[in-house]
Amino acid sequence: MLLRATHRDAGQVTVVDLSGRIVLGDGSALLRKTIRGLLQDQRKAIVLNLADVDYIDSSGIGELVSGFTAVKNQGGDLKLLHLTKKVHDLLQLTKLYTVFDVYTDESTAVRSFG
Amino acid sequence: MAATLNMAPDTKHLEITLETQVESVNLAEEMCLRVAEAAGFGEDDCYRIGMSVREGVINAFHYGNQERPDKKIHLALDITPEKLIIHVLDEGQGFTLADVPDPLAEENLLSTSGRGIFLMRAFMDEFDVVLGRTGGAEIVMSKKLPAPGSASTNGQGGQETAPQQGA
Repeated sequence: MLLRATHRDAGQVTVVDLSGRIVLGDGSALLRKTIRGLLQDQRKAIVLNLADVDYIDSSGIGELVSGFTAVKNQGGDLKLLHLTKKVHDLLQLTKLYTVFDVYTDESTAVRSFG
Repeated sequence: MAATLNMAPDTKHLEITLETQVESVNLAEEMCLRVAEAAGFGEDDCYRIGMSVREGVINAFHYGNQERPDKKIHLALDITPEKLIIHVLDEGQGFTLADVPDPLAEENLLSTSGRGIFLMRAFMDEFDVVLGRTGGAEIVMSKKLPAPGSASTNGQGGQETAPQQGA
């Protein structure tokens, strides 16, 4: 299933709703384009809603890390919301669960930016 | 894509030659998922096998063949009475497992690449990289078949198994 991405604003925070697979090719490219586009628009407080993402490969993991680093480098933050079990387990396995701020509730995730 | 199918009495063998392109990754994953399902693997093991094949072919596509369309990726599956064995062979220069950085090391945690080998080692029961007949790297990995009659939605091995060395 191809990745789809839409985004909406919650105050200063942008919530990106993703659905599909974040894998080598179009999925990773779309995630990169979405995050870079938000940064260009000076939207640096980003929540990635992964509720409908049930598959990420190493390329997708790399793109998540790349986006996280790009946002941090511009003084912002990128946080994750609603991990599916497979994505949760994958982030734990790769020790990235401790790198990202992960939330199970959207309003809490949005408020966490202060 | 070229494919051959050869069935010996107690071992089934399937091999295909894939183009060095992104679409080959999905094609290989889909094919292996069908084989794994037919072999009786449950949902969780199929996920692990499919992911491992993806990562093996990504490795061949990107690192082995350097994304050069004149090179091929050779994928072979053997189903023995005990296990499913997967071979992914590229036409690159080969590599040594010991040279692959550990993606769990603190200094590599934020690396944007280098987790494919690690995932294959974590998700499969056996994993090795040998020198292939093309001179490139040949990934050889296997997973034990589920016991007959087991309602396997979750196989042994996999995410709880810590890789022995970084990759």
